[in-house]
Amino acid sequence: MIIDPVTLIVALITVSTPVLLAAIGELVVEKAGVLNLGVEGMMIMGAVCGFITAHHTGSPALAFVAGMAGAVALALVFAVLTQILMANQVASGLALTLFGLGLAALLGVGYSGLPVPAIARPFPEALRDIPGLGPIVFSHSILVYVSIALVAAVWIVLTRTRIGLVLRAVGENHDAAHALGYKVVRIRIAAIMFGGACAGLGGAFLSVVRVQNWIEGMTAGAGWIALALVVFASWKPWRVLLGAWLFGGIAALQLRLQAAEIGVPVALLDASPYLVTIIVLVLISSDRRRAALNAPAGLGRVFHASS
Amino acid sequence: MTALLDIEGLTKAYPGVVANQDVSFRVQPGEVHALLGENGAGKSTLVKMIYGLVKPDRGTMRLNGAPYAPAEPRAARALGVAMVFQHFSLFEALNVAENIALGMENPPRARDLAARIAAVSETYGLPLDPFRMMGELSAGERQRVEIIRCLLQDPKLLIMDEPTSVLTPQEVEILFHTLRKLAAEGTAILYISHKLEEIRALCDTATILRLGQKVATCTPREVSAAHMAELMVGKSLSVPAREDHTPGAVLLAVSGLSVAAATPFGTTLRDLSFEVRAGEVLGIGGVAGNGQDEVLAVLSGETPTDPGAIMLQGAPVGALGPNARRGLGLLCAPEERLGHAAAPDMSLTENALLTGRLRQGLETGGFVDWAKTRGFAQDIIARFDVRTPGPWVAARALSGGNLQKFVIGREILQDPKVLVVNQPTWGVDASAAAAIRQALLDLAQGGAAVIVISQDLDELLEISDRFCALNDGRLSAPRPARGLGMEDVGLMLGGAHGMHEARV
Repeated sequence: MIIDPVTLIVALITVSTPVLLAAIGELVVEKAGVLNLGVEGMMIMGAVCGFITAHHTGSPALAFVAGMAGAVALALVFAVLTQILMANQVASGLALTLFGLGLAALLGVGYSGLPVPAIARPFPEALRDIPGLGPIVFSHSILVYVSIALVAAVWIVLTRTRIGLVLRAVGENHDAAHALGYKVVRIRIAAIMFGGACAGLGGAFLSVVRVQNWIEGMTAGAGWIALALVVFASWKPWRVLLGAWLFGGIAALQLRLQAAEIGVPVALLDASPYLVTIIVLVLISSDRRRAALNAPAGLGRVFHASS
Repeated sequence: MTALLDIEGLTKAYPGVVANQDVSFRVQPGEVHALLGENGAGKSTLVKMIYGLVKPDRGTMRLNGAPYAPAEPRAARALGVAMVFQHFSLFEALNVAENIALGMENPPRARDLAARIAAVSETYGLPLDPFRMMGELSAGERQRVEIIRCLLQDPKLLIMDEPTSVLTPQEVEILFHTLRKLAAEGTAILYISHKLEEIRALCDTATILRLGQKVATCTPREVSAAHMAELMVGKSLSVPAREDHTPGAVLLAVSGLSVAAATPFGTTLRDLSFEVRAGEVLGIGGVAGNGQDEVLAVLSGETPTDPGAIMLQGAPVGALGPNARRGLGLLCAPEERLGHAAAPDMSLTENALLTGRLRQGLETGGFVDWAKTRGFAQDIIARFDVRTPGPWVAARALSGGNLQKFVIGREILQDPKVLVVNQPTWGVDASAAAAIRQALLDLAQGGAAVIVISQDLDELLEISDRFCALNDGRLSAPRPARGLGMEDVGLMLGGAHGMHEARV
């Protein structure tokens, strides 16, 4: 059996979108100097809230909003814990993931297998039928295009605008940013909420668009891949997109390889995103100066406003 | 004439300590006004109130005759008050232009800003490339970034918090040149320092603070440094005293030591040879970055070398690690207090344990004897006048001078045969510095060999028996320090790179 490259590319774009959304949100959070390990929990909250809303209202738009809202609510818990109560970010983030998985399972009881409305596609049939190009470029749900636009937007904001500069400054050296009169805590809370909204949108895409079902634990590590992706991309938005497609490609390929009965161990392919991330980490940290310039220096450090 | 800044009865108390009590003074336009005081005298709190970082409990401030009570630094900047911090508020991973933009209310576009930075740096003789990454800049260049950031705001009052503590003498000259030019243009400068000669060279008026209160106002050019020091400390400072003596046997001998740089930014040590005798102080001078840290690492055992390259009392120690060397009596106090000499988040007791473990016998059978360790820490605190509530306080919470006294005291009390210190009085106020120097001399008097690595040439000439210069990883032949003039020292440092003005 031969693997069709066009369907593979279409599949990889769909598979990578939830991870891409979550990762671009987490990139902004980490650029502000906060390490939120709760991406998985926020994604699954987005997935369950989105699915429930889609089922009851029949409106995908409302479903996406609800997905974001659910994840933002969870992100706010993290923001209060880490930014106001100054709790340890790693422990809070891990707790957030566990809490999110449990809460989503509870909320989702009885929703498995219920129908959700189909998602309209933004481009007309004629465009989608162009051989090769049509399916790859024009066949996706609106959220796929939104996610790519979001990467561009984050890139422009981070590199070209004052808000982005202040955000990076806060992530780089919160004491200095504070001394210059910037509201470190407020900026970080805003970034955490943005990260939550992105993760929630990614989760909602997963349940409402891609799988069109609610299954307990359906994110299956996508949040962790998103976290790995940010490091893999060395905190650069376009590399996040590239990495998401690479990781998505591995996942899509793996299914097809299995279907084609080619003898590659599934576990190895499943593990490959993490292996690649570790290799990239080793590579970027071998050049000490480069690593220092890429990673936000204040990442994960608790900010105490004194003086 | 109305004063530019008029401060009346300013008071600020923190729990347990009154940082400022009823402080009043005036700054005229175009005046360079010094705020002089020891560490902990309340200088920093005072300027933080002026800059809007701290709210005063009582008292009033007037700027150009109008009431002035900035709620935050932004408000202060809007009214023409700018500040250059002691610890720079800069961002390593951003470039110069971005760093400057962050400190401005309404930054222009990147290209215009770069042009303005170039213009200002030209006008005031502060060479700087707007597109270089902050992480690549030297301390002096970083300070220029801070100053240019302030100058672009067109300040009426520029506050400088201990600006020279990280600069080489040449960089200090450049800075003073800039400040004089600014003052001539009508900008008032509030200059915080405890370096008396600098204040005498630069300032028109000095307000002297002690323990949070104003004790005097004087004209620095008209009074002696000794007089200002007395006002500042509240007692007269003693010049370190020592008796003549003949040095004893060679305790530490280094011969033909070469070590390649460990990092791309490190310095390669080339063919180092020297010896120190019992009762002798060897001073190693030089501009920062010429191998000081590497020399300390080699002597402390952090960088192992050929066994025979370093001989302690005739025994090869070059291949031994720090603990083994401590056991033999070779102790070190590195320059960086937080993170190298002391663990910032650990208490003084725990920090005392870290190096005192072996020689003080603070553990038995793998168990820490906390009572004894606490006693050791308390001993250091008492003997070296470390001002802290007690040994349970985290090292981070101590002021630089106090922590330095603790770190040096910790090594001295372990009765070393050879003690190596790097920058023993960096960022330490005058009386603490004098105490540290005296302690080092007393140690030598007691028969130990002391190696002092420092950039403060006056300090080295004051306490060393012999002096040698470190230049690009090479050590000059030691010369007797007595009778050595600044000019000779300059020649010994001769050709030292980085001694000239930085160029774009």
